[in-house]
Amino acid sequence: MRSGERGERPVSAASVTFLGMPATRPFPRNAARAVRDSQLRFNLRKATRTIRARRASVVAEVPDWAALRDAGRAIKEHTLRNLDRYLLQLEEAVTAAGGHVHWAADAAEANEIVAGLVKATGETEVVKVKSMATQEIGLNEALLEYGITAYETDLAELIVQLGDDRPSHIVVPAIHRNRAEIREIFAGRMAGWGRPAPEDLTDDPAALAEAARLHLRERFLKTKVAISGANFAVAETGTLVVLESEGNGRMCLTLPTTLISVVGIEKVLPSWRDLEVFLQLLPRSSTGERMNPYTSMWTGATEGQEFHLVLLDNGRTRVLADEVGRQALRCIRCSACLNVCPVYERTGGHAYGSVYPGPIGAILTPQLRGMSSELDRSLPYASSLCGACYDVCPVAIDIPSVLVDLRARSPHPWPERAGMAAAGWVLRRSGRLARMQRIGGRLRNLAPRRLPGPLAAWTDTRDLPEIPPESFRDWWDRTDGGRR
Amino acid sequence: MRVALFVTCVNDTLFPGTGRAVVTLLRRLGVDVEFPRGQTCCGQMHANTGYRDEAVRLARRSVAVLRGYDAVVVPSGSCAAMIREQYPKLAGPSGPFADAVDRVVAVTYELTEFLVDVLGVTDVGASFPHRVTYHPTCHSLRGIHLGDRPLTLLRQVKGLDLVPLPGAEECCGFGGTFALKNADVSAAMCADKVRAVLDTGAEVLCAADNSCLMHIGGMLARQNSGVRVMHLAEILGAAEPAGAAGRPVSAR
Amino acid sequence: MSRSRDLILARVRAALAGVPDVEIPRAYRGPSETPPETPSATPSETQGEIRLFEERLRDYRAVVHVVAEAAVPERVARSLAERGARRVAVPGGFPAAWPAAARAELVADEPPLTAADLDALDGVLTTCAVAVADTGTIVLDAGPGQGRRALSLVPDYHLCVVRAGQIVAGVPDAVARLDPVRPLTWISGPSATSDIELNRVEGVHGPRTLEVLIVT
Repeated sequence: MRSGERGERPVSAASVTFLGMPATRPFPRNAARAVRDSQLRFNLRKATRTIRARRASVVAEVPDWAALRDAGRAIKEHTLRNLDRYLLQLEEAVTAAGGHVHWAADAAEANEIVAGLVKATGETEVVKVKSMATQEIGLNEALLEYGITAYETDLAELIVQLGDDRPSHIVVPAIHRNRAEIREIFAGRMAGWGRPAPEDLTDDPAALAEAARLHLRERFLKTKVAISGANFAVAETGTLVVLESEGNGRMCLTLPTTLISVVGIEKVLPSWRDLEVFLQLLPRSSTGERMNPYTSMWTGATEGQEFHLVLLDNGRTRVLADEVGRQALRCIRCSACLNVCPVYERTGGHAYGSVYPGPIGAILTPQLRGMSSELDRSLPYASSLCGACYDVCPVAIDIPSVLVDLRARSPHPWPERAGMAAAGWVLRRSGRLARMQRIGGRLRNLAPRRLPGPLAAWTDTRDLPEIPPESFRDWWDRTDGGRR
Repeated sequence: MRVALFVTCVNDTLFPGTGRAVVTLLRRLGVDVEFPRGQTCCGQMHANTGYRDEAVRLARRSVAVLRGYDAVVVPSGSCAAMIREQYPKLAGPSGPFADAVDRVVAVTYELTEFLVDVLGVTDVGASFPHRVTYHPTCHSLRGIHLGDRPLTLLRQVKGLDLVPLPGAEECCGFGGTFALKNADVSAAMCADKVRAVLDTGAEVLCAADNSCLMHIGGMLARQNSGVRVMHLAEILGAAEPAGAAGRPVSAR
Repeated sequence: MSRSRDLILARVRAALAGVPDVEIPRAYRGPSETPPETPSATPSETQGEIRLFEERLRDYRAVVHVVAEAAVPERVARSLAERGARRVAVPGGFPAAWPAAARAELVADEPPLTAADLDALDGVLTTCAVAVADTGTIVLDAGPGQGRRALSLVPDYHLCVVRAGQIVAGVPDAVARLDPVRPLTWISGPSATSDIELNRVEGVHGPRTLEVLIVT
C-alpha cells in the first residue's frame, strides 16, 4: 500500500508526482539483473520481434504514412499550444451531453474524486478497462483503502493483477510473461478472485483467453460501476474514444450504470475530424493491426448511463512548461518506441521503475516525477541514442533530443564530472591533445588489459584497441600529409 | 575547391590509419584535402553525456577551425551527425555563432556522401579481395540517412565479397558513455551484434564509425573470434590486394 | 474541485506564455469527394472496395459472404442453422424480410433485455452505419437495425448485414459520415487479444464469431 502518497495534502506545484511505482534503485542496477534473466530475455525477444515485424508491414502498406505522421504531430502540437481553450471546450461539450466533469491536480485528488463517486453509488466493486492514467495514479490501491475492490478486465492486466505483479509494457503489461507462466498464474490464482480456472487448463493462448472469458463473464454482467481511461477526448463534440481488442472495454463501457473515465489533460483533440488521423496512426503503430478489433466512442451520458470525466494533471502542466520536453505530451501511448528499443528489449519494463517504461518512459517519468531520486536521474541515460524510437513514433517525438536535453539538466556524479572536465581541458587546445597523444604513444606498451575503476565496465567484456605509436596529426606533420 | 578533413578525435588518437586512408583515397580521386591543425573534437561525448557548456565550447572551436572551406569531410557518421543535427540546437536560432554553424553545416559531409554526392563517384578504384559485411551505425542510418551509399561503394570494390548482416539496422550498444554507464545492457546488445556478424561468415566487419567498431571489435577480439574490424575508408583506400590490412584481431 | 480547475488552467496558461502556434498540414488522403453510393462512383470502384473489404475481414478470420439482395433471407437462415443458433436478438428497424426464412426464434429488445437475458442468447443480427474497406471495419451507431451497444456485444455470435453502398474506402471517409453524438462501435473482426506473446488470438469477451453478409 502506498498510504504515504495520499491523505491531507496541499495541492502545489512542488508536490511529488506519483507514477504508480516507487522510485527505487537506478536503472543500470535494475538492468544488470534483467539482462541475466534468460526467461525474461527470451520472452521479450520473441514478443518485440513479432510486433516489430507486424508494425513494419502494416505501416509500409499505407502510402501516406509520412503525411499522417506529420499531421498527427502538428495536431498534438497545436492542441498543446491551446490546451486551456480545448479543455474548457471539452468540459462544456461533455456537460451539455449530460456528463459531469471533474478536475484533479494530482494523483491523490484524482483518487479521492473517483472513490467519492464510487461510494456515492453504494457499490464496493468496480470493473476496469485498461488505462495508463489509473495505473499512473495507483487507483486500485487507493480504492482498496476506501473498501472498494477494482477488478482489472484486460487480459494482460488480469495476468498482472492475479500474479501480484507490476506492468512492464504500456499496451501489453504482461509482455514479460510467456504462455506457460500465464497458465501457472491462472491455475493458481483465479480462484482467489472469482471463478477458478478450468481444471484442465493448457498453455494454448486460445485456452488461456477462454479461461479469462469465463472468469470475468459474470462480473461484467453484474457490476454496476466501471472505470476507464480514454485514448482521445474530442473537444468539439465531447466525444471520448477507447481503442481495445478483447471486448472487455465494451463490456465496461456499456453494461454498468455508472462510468467514470480518468483522462490525462493531454488526451484532448480539437475536432472530430482529427480522429481520421489518429485512428490510422494508433492501431498500426501499437499492435501492428490495420485496425484494433473494437473502438468505442461515446458522448456524455449514453444509453441511460451516468458519466463522469476526471481530467488529470499530475505533473503534465510541468512538462508543458518545458520547451524541449513538452513534446513528450504528444504521446498517444502506442508503445512502438518500446517495441523497437534495443534497451527495452533486453531489460523489460520493470527496470524503468515507472508505469511508463521504454524510451517514452525515459523522457516522461523524469519530467513528471522530477529528478530527485537516483532512479529518475538515471532514466535519461537508459538509451544508446540509436534513434529507432524517433523513427517509429507516430507523432514524431524526437526522443533522443529530449534525452540529451534531460541529461544536460541532471546532476552528475563527481568522478564523471572530473573526467569530463579533464577531457574538455585537453580538447580545448589542439596542442594539449597532441601532447597527450604523444604521451599515450610512448606508454602504449604499458597500457593494462583491464582498466581500473568505472572504466572496468569497458574491459569486463571488451578488449581495448591498441594505442598507435603515432597520432594522425603527428603523421600529417611528419609527412606533410603523406606527400613526403 | 578547398576541402578540409575533420578527422575526429577518436580517429586522430586511436585510429590514425583511417585518417591516412581517407587522405590516400581522396588524393587518388584528385582531391587535395587539407587538415586544419586546430581541430580537436566535435564535442559529441560531452553533449550526449549532459555537459552542454563544454560541448558548446568544443562546437565553437570546431566551427571556427572549419569555416571558410568549400567542403568538410568527416570519416564518421556519428561526428557528422553531431555537427549537422546538434550544432544548430546548441547554437540557438540566431546570432553570429548560429550563422557560422549554418555555413559549416551546409558543407559538412560524411565520407561516403562526399564521394557519391559531391564527387559523383561510386567506383573508387579500390581492390579488397575479402569477405566483408557492413554494419550501418545508428547515426549513419537514422541520423544523417546515408542510405545505400556505403553499400554502393563497397559493391564496386574489386574482389570484395559483400555479405548482408542480419538485423543490420539494430544498434550495437556502443552509444558513447552508454557503454560505461549501462555496461550490462551495452554488452548484451553487443553480444547479439557479434553473433550476427559471426553468422555471416565474414572475415571483416566494416562500418562508417570507428567508435562502434571499437566496441564490436573489442568483443570480437575478447572472444578470439578471428573476425577483424575495419573502417570503410580503409577498404575504399586499399588499392592493392591487402590481406594484412586492418587492425589485428587481438589487441595484445 | 473548481479550485483545481482554476489551478490547472492557470498552470497551462503560464506554461504556454509566448509559445507560437503551428499550422496543421493535412497532406494525407482525406475523405473521397464522391461517396460510393452516389451515381458518380463507377461500378468498378465499388467492386474493388467490396473485394478489399472482404479480404480484410477474412484477414481477421471473420466469416464473409457476398450475396444479392434477393438471396439474403436464405443466406441468413443458412448461417443461423449452420451456427446452430436457436434464439437470436433482432434489433428494431432490422429489415423484416431478411430473417423471415430463419428457423431460429427472433427475440426483440423490447422491453430491454437484461444482461443475463443477452448472455443466454445464441447470437444477434444487425445492420451497420458504415463499413471501411481498407481496414475491414464495420461501424454501428445504434441506428435502425443495430440496437443498443450491449446487443452486439454480449451474445457470442454476431451476424452483420452490410449493404455494398455502405462500404467506404478508408478511415477518413467513415469519420466524415458518422455522427459523434451517437454511440459508435467500430468492429474489426471477432474479439481478439494480442496479450499473450503479442500474437493475435481470436476470442475473448466480445462475440467470438463475426459473420458479415455483404449485399450487392
